[in-house]
Amino acid sequence: MPQIELAGKTYDVDEDGFLQELDKWNEEFAQAYANTEGIEGQLTEEHWKLIHYLRNYFQQFGIAPMIRKVCKDNGMDLKKLYELFPTGPAKGACKLAGLSKPTGCV
Amino acid sequence: MSFVKIPTPDKLIAIRYEPPETSWMDTPTVFRPGTWSYSGAAKNLTALDMPNPRAWQPSDEDWKLPENWQQIILEGMRERLEKYRSFKLFMDICVRCGACADKCHFYIGSGDPKNMPVLRAELLRSVYRRYFTESGKRFGRLAGARDLTVDVLKEWFYYFYQCTECRRCSVFCPYGIDQAEITMMGRELLNLVGCNINWVIEPAANCFRTGNHLGIQPGGIKDMLEFIADDIEDRTGVRVEVPLNKKGAEILFVAPSGDYFADPGTYTCMGYLMLFHEIGLNYTFSTYASEGGNFGLFTSHEMAKRLNAKIYAEAKRLGVKWILGGECGHMWRLLHQYMDTMNGPADFLAEPVSPITGTRFENARSTKMVHIAEFSADLIRKGKLKLNPARNDALRVTFHDSCNPARGMGLFEEPRYIIRHACNHFHEMAEDTIREKTLCCGSGAGLGNDENMEMRMRGGMPRAMAVRQVKEKHGVNRLACICAIDRATLPPLMEYWVPGVTVSGVHELLANALVMTGEKDRTTDLRGQSLEGKTVDETL
Repeated sequence: MPQIELAGKTYDVDEDGFLQELDKWNEEFAQAYANTEGIEGQLTEEHWKLIHYLRNYFQQFGIAPMIRKVCKDNGMDLKKLYELFPTGPAKGACKLAGLSKPTGCV
Repeated sequence: MSFVKIPTPDKLIAIRYEPPETSWMDTPTVFRPGTWSYSGAAKNLTALDMPNPRAWQPSDEDWKLPENWQQIILEGMRERLEKYRSFKLFMDICVRCGACADKCHFYIGSGDPKNMPVLRAELLRSVYRRYFTESGKRFGRLAGARDLTVDVLKEWFYYFYQCTECRRCSVFCPYGIDQAEITMMGRELLNLVGCNINWVIEPAANCFRTGNHLGIQPGGIKDMLEFIADDIEDRTGVRVEVPLNKKGAEILFVAPSGDYFADPGTYTCMGYLMLFHEIGLNYTFSTYASEGGNFGLFTSHEMAKRLNAKIYAEAKRLGVKWILGGECGHMWRLLHQYMDTMNGPADFLAEPVSPITGTRFENARSTKMVHIAEFSADLIRKGKLKLNPARNDALRVTFHDSCNPARGMGLFEEPRYIIRHACNHFHEMAEDTIREKTLCCGSGAGLGNDENMEMRMRGGMPRAMAVRQVKEKHGVNRLACICAIDRATLPPLMEYWVPGVTVSGVHELLANALVMTGEKDRTTDLRGQSLEGKTVDETL
């Protein structure tokens, strides 16, 4: 299984760099990972709001929320999501939030 | 460990069709990034009780095969030759006429001769001859036979996971050889030694655990469908109910899980809910039979059977009369051609009759499962729906016949009938690219993952070119389809080859046009776009 080293710690990830275990996540992981996902400097309050929202949803339902729900619940449009996470809501935001990648007809 | 960058369309389209100088048996398989899929993760193999779970990748030199892998494969082949007459027949009867050679979208898009269906099958036939025929045993290569080596196994893997089991080649084969069944056998054999891809195995493992590919638990399904109902209320002013696990409902509705979760499938799901509400259908969703799709079909016959069993089981538990199925592609090959003998007979169900029109669906007498396009087309034909097609006037629509409903069950007219009544602007693609000759999206049968993106763009190129033609000729801007894999994989294909064309299910178009009792003045379509085609809803 591939591993990634961030802020001095090693994490098990899948081939595309998605964290394999939700509870191994911590804020240092997200911050250190952000720079490889096209986000410069420190994560802002808006970034954290979205990251925590995604994690809460995943913990409750075992899957990431629908993208339209992310927009509606956070009062952001898709454009804003891409501004915050240039690699996109799934490949960027979910990855930093430590969620696994959805598979199937998606 | 990042997404492979793929060549630009102008570079990708420069396809070389000259075969390599070496004979096909001597041409090595190269696992070029962007043209293969990641291996099945060990945790998913373990969840499904499948052999040889381990960490490996197809790009590794050592695939960590079991010591007696050769014996396992050959024994597996022998078993299947005895069990499936079709497999034995397809191994023997090809006369190499070549009618199929240029019919495969992967060959057209890659120029690789091993993507000619005849040669893809030959990868397996050559081994069959070597170990199961007298001529092959005696004369070896002279008789087109070869030893089963690790390189041969790797070649199988590369090319059997470069076939979408779409069966276009079979339409042109004078013998009717079903290439999908050959690929299925190839994949079954590979699975015996633990060689499979994660985009197939993870959905299958999820399905086994939760009932659907995405691994959505009951609470999640409820949350998503309620969200979709909220959106319907925003657009139409009508609150629709979301019946879940309702015992005693007349009809069980089974859709692909992609429709609850991912855009643009969610708009199709809005369409289902709106339609059922408007006609007052007594139906229910199930959080257990929460997936029409079946990635077991891309794994093995046994796995397909195992994952399919939940549909009849849930129909029995809920006490419904019959089953209605949503816009899913490969699900219909399975339901229409295998389910009855796999998990039937479903003699506890009634022969399906539309409660709204009284139409008896005789074609589903045995399986007890009706395709939603048949159901809705019948509603329109009997005048049960009030439609305002002008609401789709911003759209110039063409229809992609999703491979399995087209070639697997002959469903050509019903989706078109719905589109023609729901839209004023419908334009067919070229005749050789639709109906039974439809061209695949290039991402079916589990190949719709990101790491395989170059091959997907190659395989989808012929379909995309046919779309481009109607875009240039008629200004087509919407590609309709009846498959969740299509809805997931055609958008990136369009973005790559034909920017400006969006993708939707047929029931999204129907619901745009559907005049609902008590609705407010509808100023947008289901996507929140104004009816003149301009975006008005900034949250979408």
